[in-house]
Amino acid sequence: MSNISFNKFYRKFNILSLILIVISLVFLIFKGLNYGVDFKGGTLIELRTTDKTNNISLIRDSFNQMNLGDVSVKKFGNETDFIVKFEKQNSNDPEFIKNIQNKLSSSIGNVDFRRVENVGPKVSSELLKSGIIAISLSLAAMLLYIWIRFEWQFSLGAILAIFHDVIITLGIFSIFSLEINLSIVAAVLTIVGYSMNDTVVIFDRVRENLRKYSDVKIFDLTNISINETLSRTIITSVTTLLALFSIYLFGGEILKGFSLAMILGVIFGTYSSIYIANPILVALNVSQRTIVKEEKD
Amino acid sequence: MLYFSKLRIISVIVFTIIFSYFAISNFVKFDDNFFSKNINLGLDLQGGSYLLLEIDNRPVITQKLQAKIIELKRYFKEKQITLKNFSLKGDTISFETTDNEIENVINILNDKDSDVNTYYPTYKSHEFDVLEDGNLFSLNYSRYGLVLLKNSSLDQAIEIVRRRVDEVGTNEPNILKRGNDRILVELPGLDDPNRIKSLLGKTANLTFQFISQNNEESFGTEKLSFEDGSRDAIVSKRIILSGDNLVDAKPTMNSQTNETVVSFSLDRVGAKKFGKATSTGVGKQLAIVLDGKIISAPSVREPIIGGSGQISGDFTFQSATDLALLLRSGALPAPLNIIEERTVGPDLGQDSIDAGILSLFIGFLLVILFMIYKYRAFGLIANLALVSNLFLLIGILTLFEATLTLPGIAGIILTVGMAVDANVLIFERIKEETKNEKNPIIAFDAGYTKSRTTILDANITTLIAAFILFFMGSGPVKGFSVTLGVGILTTLFSVYFIARLLTSLYVVKNKDKEQLL
Repeated sequence: MSNISFNKFYRKFNILSLILIVISLVFLIFKGLNYGVDFKGGTLIELRTTDKTNNISLIRDSFNQMNLGDVSVKKFGNETDFIVKFEKQNSNDPEFIKNIQNKLSSSIGNVDFRRVENVGPKVSSELLKSGIIAISLSLAAMLLYIWIRFEWQFSLGAILAIFHDVIITLGIFSIFSLEINLSIVAAVLTIVGYSMNDTVVIFDRVRENLRKYSDVKIFDLTNISINETLSRTIITSVTTLLALFSIYLFGGEILKGFSLAMILGVIFGTYSSIYIANPILVALNVSQRTIVKEEKD
Repeated sequence: MLYFSKLRIISVIVFTIIFSYFAISNFVKFDDNFFSKNINLGLDLQGGSYLLLEIDNRPVITQKLQAKIIELKRYFKEKQITLKNFSLKGDTISFETTDNEIENVINILNDKDSDVNTYYPTYKSHEFDVLEDGNLFSLNYSRYGLVLLKNSSLDQAIEIVRRRVDEVGTNEPNILKRGNDRILVELPGLDDPNRIKSLLGKTANLTFQFISQNNEESFGTEKLSFEDGSRDAIVSKRIILSGDNLVDAKPTMNSQTNETVVSFSLDRVGAKKFGKATSTGVGKQLAIVLDGKIISAPSVREPIIGGSGQISGDFTFQSATDLALLLRSGALPAPLNIIEERTVGPDLGQDSIDAGILSLFIGFLLVILFMIYKYRAFGLIANLALVSNLFLLIGILTLFEATLTLPGIAGIILTVGMAVDANVLIFERIKEETKNEKNPIIAFDAGYTKSRTTILDANITTLIAAFILFFMGSGPVKGFSVTLGVGILTTLFSVYFIARLLTSLYVVKNKDKEQLL
C-alpha cells in the first residue's frame, strides 16, 4: 500500500481548485458557451469536395454570397472534408438545402453533403431546456442517493466535488470555444456518474475506517483511506482513460468533443474525489460520532 | 462467496453461451429459424433522414371559427333569438344579443347537452369557453377544445404523411406522433431527402375556380398568382371542385400536344359538379389552383361530363409524377413545417461504423494488456469476464433489437474501460486481506464480501445517470444511455458470476501457492 501524504496539500489544492472554478465561472458568465446547432438553432453541413484545391476561405466566400447569416467554416478530419455552420434555418422552404447545394456546385464544383443538421429555434430552445433539466435531475438524484446511503456531510462533499468537475469541464469548453452539443450533455451526465462513483469508493472506505479507528483524527483518516484505495483509483482511471483516448484518436471526428469532455471529466473527477470531497469531511469535522449517531437513529 | 453449486456453474455457462450466440449472430448468419434478431443501426450509422414536422394549426383554427360563426347564426335564428355584430378577432368570436335574451343564450351555450357548444364529459369541459359582459359574448376555444382540435388535425396529417412516404417507397420508414402537433419521420437508408421534404412541405390543396371576367361575383374574388410567377389573375372565390373529390391521379402523355400532364378521375359527386359547372361555363377560363397558386387556367371548350380530366402546366415527368402523388394522397389539414432535420449520408455512416469498431478494438486491446500487466493470472480472469461482458452486452442489445448509434458505440467502449473497475476493487481488497489472513480461500472470500457494497454504490450512481439520459435524451444520445445502462448490468453479472467462478476455480486449485495475487 502506498503512503503518500495527500492531506498535506489539501489547502494548496483547494486554493487551486477555487481559482480554477472562479476562472471557469468568469468565462462561463462573460464569454458563455459555444452552443452548436442543437442548442442555438441553425444549420450544420458536413461536406466533402471532390476538388482538392478548395480551401476554407473559398468555401466561406461561396457561402457568404448566399445570405445565410453568420457563416463558420472549419476543416473536419480529412483534407477534403469541411464543416459549415450558419444561423439561417428555413423551415418553410423544403428546397432550402437543395438550393444551397446547387449554388455551391456551380461556384466550387461538385460537393457531397455527408451530413446535414437543421434545427429550428423552437426545437433548439427545447433541447437546451431538456439538457439543463437532465443535468439538474441527475445531480438531484445523486444527492438523494448519497443522502440515503451516507450522512449529510458526505453528501455535501460528493456534490461539491461533482459541481467542481462539471464547472471546470464546462469552463474549459468555454475558454477554448469548444462546441457544446447534445453529446456533450451526455458526456457531462456520465462525468457526474463517474465522479460520484470515484468519490463513493473512497467515502465507503472512510466510513469503514471511522468505525475501525476511534482515535485517528479525520485529517489523517481521510489520508489513510485515500491511500488504501489509491491503486484502485489509478487503475480504474487508467483503463477508462485508455478507452476514452482510443475513442478520441480513432473514433472519428463526430466523437471528438464527446470523448474530450469525458477525458477532462475523468481527470478532474479523480482529482476532486481526493482533493475536494475529502477536505470537506475534514472541514465539517466528521468523526466516529457522526456515523454512530446516524446509525442509532 | 467463493462456493458455486454445480447447477449454478451450468446456468452461468449456458446463459453466457446463449447471449454470445445472440451477439455473434449479428455478424455470422446461422440458422434463421432459431434466432433471427439483429441490432438495429441508428440513422447516424446506416445513413438516413430524421425529420421533425410541426403542424401550423392557425389556418385550421381560423377555418373552424369561421364555420362556427355560420353555425351559431343559423342555430340561434332557428330558435328565434337575435344575435348581431358577429366578429372574429384573433381567436375570439364575439357577438351581441338583446338584454332579455342574455339568460337564454347563456343557458344554451353552457348546457351539457348543448348542440352548438359540445360538452366533453371525460374532460369536464365544453368545446368553447364562454365569457359574457352584459349583452356582449365572447367565445374562445377551451383548453380541451383546442387539444381535441389539434389531435384530430394531427391524426389526419399523420395519415397523409404516411401515404406520401409510402408512395415514394423508402424502406421501413418510421412515422410517429410527438406531442399534439408534431410528427417524427425517420427514413433509414434514404440517400437524398430533398424529394420527400418537398412532398411533405406541400399542403396539396387543389381547387378548381373560374377566372372572373368582371369583378362583380356574388362569392367575391381574390387575386392569385401563377405558379411560375409570370402573372396574376382575378379568380372567383366560388370553389367548383376540390381535391377531396379526386379518386385517382396519374402522370400521362397528352398525345395531341406531346406534353406531360396529370390526368385525374373524379368520384360521382365530383363528376356531377364538374359537369354542371363546365356546361354553364363554356368559354370561361377554369383556374386549377394548388396551395394558392394557379398551375394553369385552360379555357373550357365543352362540358366535361365523363368525370375525368387533365391538368396541364409545363410539367416534367418528375414534377407530374409528384403532383399526381400529392393529389392521390390527399390534402393535409394544415401546412407542415420541418422544424428539425438530421440527415447522414450512407458513406459517412459507414465511416462512423468503421471508426467506432476500430476504436472499440484498440480500447479493448489496451485495457486487456494493462490488466494482464497489472494482475497476471487474475488479469486474465478479469479479461475473460470483460470479453463475456462484451458478448452479453451485444447479445442483450440484439435480443431487444435495440438501436445502436455512434454515441452508443462510445458507450460500449466506455463500459469496457469502466467494467474492470469492479474486478479491480475486488482484487485490491483481496490484496489487503491477504496481509492479515494466510488462508487464501478465507482472504478471497473476505475480499469479495467486503467490496460488495462499494461496488453496488458505485454502479448504482452510474445507472442513475444512464436512466436520466434515457428518459431525457433524444435520438443518438438515447442510444448511449442504453448501452451504458445495459453495460452496467452485464458488468455486474460478469464480475459476480463469471469472474468469481473462474477465481474460485483458480484459488481452490492453487491454494497452496504463495502469494496468489
